Amino acid sequence: MTAILFIEQVLNGLQFGVMLFLMAAGLTLVFGVMGLINLAHGSLYMVGAFAAAAVAGATGSFLLALVAALAAAAAAGAIVELVVIRRLYDRDHLDQVLATFALILIFSEGTRWVFGSFPLFLDIPDYLSGPVTLPGGIEYPLYRLTIICTGLVIAAGLFWLISRTRLGVRIRAGESDREMIAALGVDISKLYTVVFALGAALAGLAGAMVGAIQSVQVGMGEPVLILAFVVIVIGGIGSIKGALIGAILVGLTDTLGGLLLPELFKLFMEASAASTTGSALASMLIYILMACVLIWKPQGLFGGQA
Amino acid sequence: MKMKTLLAAGCAAMMATAGLADDHKVKVGMITTLSGGGAGLGIDVRDGFLLAAKMAGNDNLEIVVEDDQRKPDIAVQLADKMIQSEKVDVLTGIIWSNLAMAVVPAATAQGKFYLSPNAGPSVLAGKGCHPNYFNVAWQNDNLHEAAGGYANSAGFKNSFILAPNYPAGQDALTGYKRIYEGELAGEVFTKLGQKDYASEIAQIRASDADSVYFFLPGGMGISFLKQYADSGLDLPVVGPAFSFDQGILQAVGDAAMGVKNTSQWNKDIDNEANKAFVEAFQAEYGRLPSLYASQGYDTANLLLSAMGKADVSDAEAFRAALKEADFDSTRGDFAFDSNNHPIQDIYVREVIKEGEVYTNKIIGTALEDHSNVYVEDCKM
Repeated sequence: MTAILFIEQVLNGLQFGVMLFLMAAGLTLVFGVMGLINLAHGSLYMVGAFAAAAVAGATGSFLLALVAALAAAAAAGAIVELVVIRRLYDRDHLDQVLATFALILIFSEGTRWVFGSFPLFLDIPDYLSGPVTLPGGIEYPLYRLTIICTGLVIAAGLFWLISRTRLGVRIRAGESDREMIAALGVDISKLYTVVFALGAALAGLAGAMVGAIQSVQVGMGEPVLILAFVVIVIGGIGSIKGALIGAILVGLTDTLGGLLLPELFKLFMEASAASTTGSALASMLIYILMACVLIWKPQGLFGGQA
Repeated sequence: MKMKTLLAAGCAAMMATAGLADDHKVKVGMITTLSGGGAGLGIDVRDGFLLAAKMAGNDNLEIVVEDDQRKPDIAVQLADKMIQSEKVDVLTGIIWSNLAMAVVPAATAQGKFYLSPNAGPSVLAGKGCHPNYFNVAWQNDNLHEAAGGYANSAGFKNSFILAPNYPAGQDALTGYKRIYEGELAGEVFTKLGQKDYASEIAQIRASDADSVYFFLPGGMGISFLKQYADSGLDLPVVGPAFSFDQGILQAVGDAAMGVKNTSQWNKDIDNEANKAFVEAFQAEYGRLPSLYASQGYDTANLLLSAMGKADVSDAEAFRAALKEADFDSTRGDFAFDSNNHPIQDIYVREVIKEGEVYTNKIIGTALEDHSNVYVEDCKM
């Protein structure tokens, strides 16, 4: 194994982590601020991807497609919050899980009804396709670099939003004591809708950006949702910083584990068996990581006071 | 979601044909995947099957269709219901090998016939074979073996091979290696359902491979091909038809152009049955048929051919009639080996663009009159 391969895999891990962060940020905000477990977050990711594919197909513009993904997911999020989620804040987590699971089924079959059962086409725009050569002679796809940069910019924007703006103050206040800020005259239900739509928009953006290199199809959101939950548990529920660190940790562990473990097993096993065993263990690695973090810090890395 | 289609295609004029045992209806229970991620495959099989039934216009054929949602437990429940309360004579439709393993042995043990339009797990071809089980598609290893054959003839000496880490994925790589004679530059098992192949692509780049063989069905293949095309690697890629069927190709787009893949069927196989099928399918559903649709269509025609020769209540005679495989297959020559799995040619196809539509064209034959290696294990 060469240094170039290793560095390329680190970049891949980073890119995967950054995408997970976009999913996990919304999830952790919603859980932190409203105390709601939202299983339908993966569906918003799918809505974003389908909106992007539809708009890209109609207009041919990738930028317009991204805007459409943001808008469609935010709108879907706001509607879902107003119609369904709003009724769930006072219920216990089991009711929330049941209701949002129902939303997954509704979104999936609804999308299938509108767009059909076959995967849709969404491709990288020409100006972002193909590899670029990085210092050190590493060839890396330009689009993945763009994803890493976009994700980091959005992360920085979120930190600024949470720590420097009025909305951020309200979100933080809502996290620590929601009755109190309602008593102080903040329109808490409007705040909830805004937070939910913001989280949904981020998920939709992730769906659209990932949809361009993967496949846009019904059910694409659920595998990512599981990873996003792992991320927020590792990072500490409610913490944006935790979501970022957790996402990158999960991304790197998953990518490097898939590369290094089979190599490791090859030292003392036959090649074919080593790759089977190594990859089986690699797919468990992030859950092992989660278990270790929870043993060491039961609240997650940046889980605060709860 | 329950979907129930009762089809009794009306065409009384056809009653006179053959004149054998026509008073006895055959009831078919189709269990297939019509919702969720893998629905495209089940819908194609169903549409192909119903099309053949409609074209034959045989009043004695009654079809019940149910959705298994790609879940083994639901498939088992549906099979029980169809056998016990619907009293079907023949079951068919299952797409996935794990579902087939859950349903087929129990159904054949109860004396029902099972005609497989897609899944062909090795167990059912070998030790677990049954006289009432007929596979009209392929044994699971077949298309992978054909890819190995193609690799030999294309002169590949150092293949990098990858597949998901589950039984069909392991069978795929075993099938490829069974025929392929060169060295392996690498062998990687990915996670089932994985969508990001950056890591594997980096490993391919770092290896000294001269070709890539992959088995990544459905959405996994779409992701891999798009990312591979974007990585700047230009090694030749080969895969089985499952990643290049008509439903998937449009979502892959340009990234699939020129890729070689192996299939037992393509729309340009030159015979009357195939021409009629491709035309009728397009007229009926407004899209090009996939290999799955051809398998559904062939399955129905096999059944219809047997119905013309024997009465389903005479299991012995009906079994013999099925085994004759006396129907015009869309693939041309078609026969059953002693373990009731097909002997057929497997072709190499290349992805091309016809107007705005991506599709396949046959460029050669990978394996002729190919059967499977499990024949000897089957004692029936």
